[in-house]
Amino acid sequence: MNFFFEVLIGGLLSGVMYALVALGFVLIYKASGVFNFAQGAMVYLAALSVVGVMEWGAPLWLAVILAFTIMTLFGIATEKFVLRKLVNQPPIALFMATIGLAFFIEGLAPMVFGSEPRALELGIVDEPIPWILDNWNMVISKFDLVAAGVASLLVATLALFFQYTRIGRALRAVADDHQAALSIGIPLQNIWAIVWGVAGFVALVAGMMWGARNGVQFALTFTALKALPVLILGGFTSVPGAIVGGLIIGASEKLAEIYIPPVMQDLFGGNFGGIEGWFPYVLALLFLLVRPEGLFGERHIDRV
Amino acid sequence: MFKSFKPMLAAAALSLAVLSQGAVAAEEQFFPIPGYRVGPYGANGQSFYGGFIDYLTYVNLKDKGVNGVTLTYEECETEYNNAKGVECYERLKGKAAKSSGPVHTMSTGISYALIDKSAQDKLPLAMMGYGRTDAVDGSVFPYAFPLVTTYQMQASAIVKFIKEKLGGNLAGKKIVYLYHDSAYGKEAIIAMEAEAALNKFTLVQIPVAHPGNEQGAQWLKIRQEKPDFVVFWGWGVMNQTALKAAQKVGFPRDRMIGSWWTGSEEDVVPAGDAAKGYMAATWNVAGKEVPLIADIEKVVYGAGKGNLQDKSKIGTILYNRGVSAAVLSVEAIRKAQEKYGKGKAMTGEQVRWGLENLNITDARLKQIGATDLLPEIKTSCDNHEGSGKVKIQQWDGAKWVSVSGWIEGNKALIHPLFQASAKQYAKEKGITPRDCSKEK
Repeated sequence: MNFFFEVLIGGLLSGVMYALVALGFVLIYKASGVFNFAQGAMVYLAALSVVGVMEWGAPLWLAVILAFTIMTLFGIATEKFVLRKLVNQPPIALFMATIGLAFFIEGLAPMVFGSEPRALELGIVDEPIPWILDNWNMVISKFDLVAAGVASLLVATLALFFQYTRIGRALRAVADDHQAALSIGIPLQNIWAIVWGVAGFVALVAGMMWGARNGVQFALTFTALKALPVLILGGFTSVPGAIVGGLIIGASEKLAEIYIPPVMQDLFGGNFGGIEGWFPYVLALLFLLVRPEGLFGERHIDRV
Repeated sequence: MFKSFKPMLAAAALSLAVLSQGAVAAEEQFFPIPGYRVGPYGANGQSFYGGFIDYLTYVNLKDKGVNGVTLTYEECETEYNNAKGVECYERLKGKAAKSSGPVHTMSTGISYALIDKSAQDKLPLAMMGYGRTDAVDGSVFPYAFPLVTTYQMQASAIVKFIKEKLGGNLAGKKIVYLYHDSAYGKEAIIAMEAEAALNKFTLVQIPVAHPGNEQGAQWLKIRQEKPDFVVFWGWGVMNQTALKAAQKVGFPRDRMIGSWWTGSEEDVVPAGDAAKGYMAATWNVAGKEVPLIADIEKVVYGAGKGNLQDKSKIGTILYNRGVSAAVLSVEAIRKAQEKYGKGKAMTGEQVRWGLENLNITDARLKQIGATDLLPEIKTSCDNHEGSGKVKIQQWDGAKWVSVSGWIEGNKALIHPLFQASAKQYAKEKGITPRDCSKEK
């Protein structure tokens, strides 16, 4: 039983890391109604900017500020050169534009900062907390707890921002209907630039946490793969949904990885395992059948 | 700024790089290079192909080519993508019709895709430490060369090393095989199972789904299993993630031994302190202590002809691996020239013969300046591997340090597995194996 809880808690903490990436998707979707295929690439660009600037001699705090500046400028440039031309176009056009953006970032970022994998030290040790290990014989990492704290703070801030600020409300209006928002005087271009800037900040936080955990390298773009089932579960428009979805996916994939393969082996023989790559997608697919809008997503009703 | 811009521009803009200084020689030996310098594994490709091309340049500068034949090359970017790899091969093979060095793809997937094509086109395919391993049996695979050693022989050598570490007896011990859940990761399972049966140890197989950036469950399971050693077959981000996850569950890194794809600086540096003490197999050593590597830096970079923008990569494990691959390729051309005419460019078919008749002794390695860079190699029609030896190296936090001599896998146990697999392949494809006793 102790092992079960160890796996469960480990999974929940991993889920927080997925939620960090999923948050970036949610922000863009809320503001523009488009799925940002480039979010994984933005995580990579943000983390690479931090280590790249540090290699030029800057301390961590300065590197983070400069990386944030890079991400903000990138957000503004994306709005000016990509999205502005696509106002009122079907969502698929915006989606296709973000695919192009992803390839652009994946090519440009290593060209500027180099493609070799690098370490990112944030000063948080990724080792088991001794007293938990001694008292309960469970491995809980200090790093994972810090990541959970950071994610909670980020979610709380974003939820308040969307709910209670003028810009937040404007963002939601734009997401509902571009034309209607424009007709009542909401500056669409500014709103998009802001939201891409905020998404860049979220990508920076996610990139730093994932980069410190696994190294800063091209594979950070793959973190997006972990966020997709989280979004399906949590809903594409809900910030708290990203967190809850992340927790469910993280816990279920870890438990599945441990407990399903032995059953499969008993039933069919052979060697099973490595299922956490596809298990969250199956779970998300099943969930779609029951609740297509996700746990916290807005139910879409068309009146005819 | 723009760290990797120069080599990319060079690769994109130059349709043919002639490496000689001054006048172009009458004969040129062409190397088609479907390689990768960008994409998910771009950093690995930069070091490997940088080392490979630097050695070609070195031979041109130092010896004026191979018996006067200038070495030339053309790169095509595959991004480690199978479809692009095949496209690059098709694009380059026309230029390789008159003369061709071995094709090095540094990708098991691309190698698999090219294995039949290269035989049809009579272009030798080198797969040094990767690719289709039953191609050791050259009677069925005349144009494919899994040179130096294979995944299976490597796994066997690692088990031999562990056995020595545990006092010469593995009975009752437990080894976890943690692997990338792909063709690459699964290649060594057959060897691990054979070794487990022979040495009576318990083998626990734990796969990791691609890309391997999340291994929490696997390492909790390893913690529960309490193995004596973890043999680790990772790739890319899976490597750093494993080292960090091992640290997280408190598993000692000096009881983890990886394959050679997990044993480069690129694999351990991003993991920081978590990598200290970790061991990995290798078929070439790292460092600039090898005279050849130091001389390449002096001659090639001294002349401003180096391929790498970032000189700190010189002497890294993958750079030296690229040099080692080029050394064997050039030696194959030299060997072919002995048979087909010194001072002439060799066709793919002739170089194939050279690869199949390599005999690189320690004395020859010393002549080249490559003492101990790689093991002795002697190939033949029925043995396209030629060595089967690896060293075990350990990361001390700053560099790789060899902690063993050259260890040969259990050939009597492993090679029959290749022969059986090759025989099956020949049957499926309707290939009549060559009679190796008639090949010379």
